[in-house]
Amino acid sequence: MATPESATARLGRLLTMVPWLVNRQGIDIAEAAKELGVTTAQVEADLALLFVCGTPGHLPDDLIEAEWEEGRVFLRNADTIARPLRLGLDEATALIAGLRTLAAVPGLDERDAVDRALAKLVEAAGDLGGATDRVRIALEDEVPSETLATVRAAVAAHRRLHLVYVVPSRDETTERDVDPMRVVSLDGNWYLEGWCHRAQDVRLFRLDRVASVELLDEDGTPPTGARPRDLDAGLFTPGPDDLSATVELQPDATWVVDYYPATDVERRSDGVLTVSFRTADLRWLRQLVWRLGGSARVVAPESLRAEIADGARAALAAYED
Amino acid sequence: MANSPAAKTERLLNLVICLLYTRQPLAKARIRDAVPQYGEAASDEAFDRMFERDKDELRELGIPLRMEPLDPLFDDESGYRIDRREYALPELSFEPDEFAVLGLASRTWQQASLAGAAATALRKLEAAEVERDVNSVVGLEPRIHTTEPAFNTVKDAVLRRQGISFAYRKAHGEASQRRLQPWSVANWHGRWYVTGFDLDRQAPRVFRLGRIEGAVKRVGKPGAYDVPAGHDPIAMIDGPETPPAEAVVLVHEHAGNILRRRAHDSADADDGRTRLTLRYTDPGVLADEIAGFGPAVQVLSPPELAAAVVRRLRGALDRNGAA
Repeated sequence: MATPESATARLGRLLTMVPWLVNRQGIDIAEAAKELGVTTAQVEADLALLFVCGTPGHLPDDLIEAEWEEGRVFLRNADTIARPLRLGLDEATALIAGLRTLAAVPGLDERDAVDRALAKLVEAAGDLGGATDRVRIALEDEVPSETLATVRAAVAAHRRLHLVYVVPSRDETTERDVDPMRVVSLDGNWYLEGWCHRAQDVRLFRLDRVASVELLDEDGTPPTGARPRDLDAGLFTPGPDDLSATVELQPDATWVVDYYPATDVERRSDGVLTVSFRTADLRWLRQLVWRLGGSARVVAPESLRAEIADGARAALAAYED
Repeated sequence: MANSPAAKTERLLNLVICLLYTRQPLAKARIRDAVPQYGEAASDEAFDRMFERDKDELRELGIPLRMEPLDPLFDDESGYRIDRREYALPELSFEPDEFAVLGLASRTWQQASLAGAAATALRKLEAAEVERDVNSVVGLEPRIHTTEPAFNTVKDAVLRRQGISFAYRKAHGEASQRRLQPWSVANWHGRWYVTGFDLDRQAPRVFRLGRIEGAVKRVGKPGAYDVPAGHDPIAMIDGPETPPAEAVVLVHEHAGNILRRRAHDSADADDGRTRLTLRYTDPGVLADEIAGFGPAVQVLSPPELAAAVVRRLRGALDRNGAA
């Protein structure tokens, strides 16, 4: 743990850990540590602490019995705290908001289980239930449920998929075979992650850009060594061959830095931002500058600026007759 | 080391056990005798201070500490206890498939600020359920991020119905100080928003957490106002529904792929281009999108949409034309 755990936080953790261990007498200490998300040394320290606690009197019979010799954990005489503490507000909120999010996934087979779990949890949350409704997550709802169902079925059955996929940043429609790995909803969009035979690499496909999908009658096990990407660094990871570009954004276009992966941002006193991007392909930037309608100027590369000016001229010519 | 964190945890744990164990409310003096670590307090005052703090910390953990008269006939002296039924999670039994979706719900937060709370909640629910089927929800991973620094304070204020104030940067320009009674916090299209009643504007408003600058201050007490019944945060963020209008555009061969996908109707034009009919609700959004295609897409109708696209392209040309 990065920051030292406070005494109160540790108490909260112990009150959760005791009922869990009481129901798993003889569990391997390393396994318990892993499931509880702490180190084995931490579990030992916790057990040593529990060992000296107990009911008033604090005679040997009053104390919690904790044993962990030979790597197996036994916890007895802890009846007063053998039931978990009620869910706290954040705890109830996290699960209830998570379940409500799942309930809204189009065409989910587990919908019935979600509804049952949700009903029980809302009951368990009691008075807190109303508050938990005020934290909401809306996932993308424009994905056809058949697309989602097909790609999920392919993941489950390890079957290859054939995709017709639109790449808006290059304005292309592509066809490719993909060995599916998982379906992820990230920052509001649904993605299929899988081994793309065309790119010979792991790729993410946004499901709302899948024009059509076909489940092939072929094994779709990704090659060994294909690993899901770490999505927590964000979707954009600059590569060594990336091109760089610098753009000046007027104050009314500074929102761009919230949406696009800028590597460097400088704010001038007049509110204009100078922003740098590193990216494998600059076509999306050309699109962005056109749509920003004069609120963005490409500083570098000059060739991109010229391309934008030429393209705008050609487009405007069509409206002149 | 009477003051080490471990000693304090030990004291708090003994206090919890003692108050759960007793059926009758316990007077402070009795508690002092029953919890060995209180014996180390140097004076009555030191014990009083320690006990007051401990009570607050237990309540913050959500432990329902009751203060009741020691004798029902005389309420001159109070004692403390924890009601076991109030303390404990109700007995619930979840089916394996329910556990599987609970696990999935909890993992939604695994990279976000509620990750710890979600994992603890799951551990409490599964305390007595050793059997579970973690793999039954195949290959589905909803993930949510809470990278906005304001998230935690705003979420707490929403859950507790407590006012907040913060500096807010609009899409264009300066940050201004806002005071809000927050109603809900919602993630929409991957971004967090807070809805609520803006005390300065005296009207309901939506704010994007990513545009809040600096620290969010809490104002006033929790439970200070009510959230309107039937408040729908997503509908409020999404804005009022407007009936869709129709636009006709010409797209070059192989171009406008994302528009082709959405087109309501499509027909070949004489010059190799394709004529698409699109439905839209926000002309600004569609004009942005069409301008982004540059020369590959041309608007035929309505004229207002064509004018909006021309305005964008002319601006881009003016700004990027001369060296």
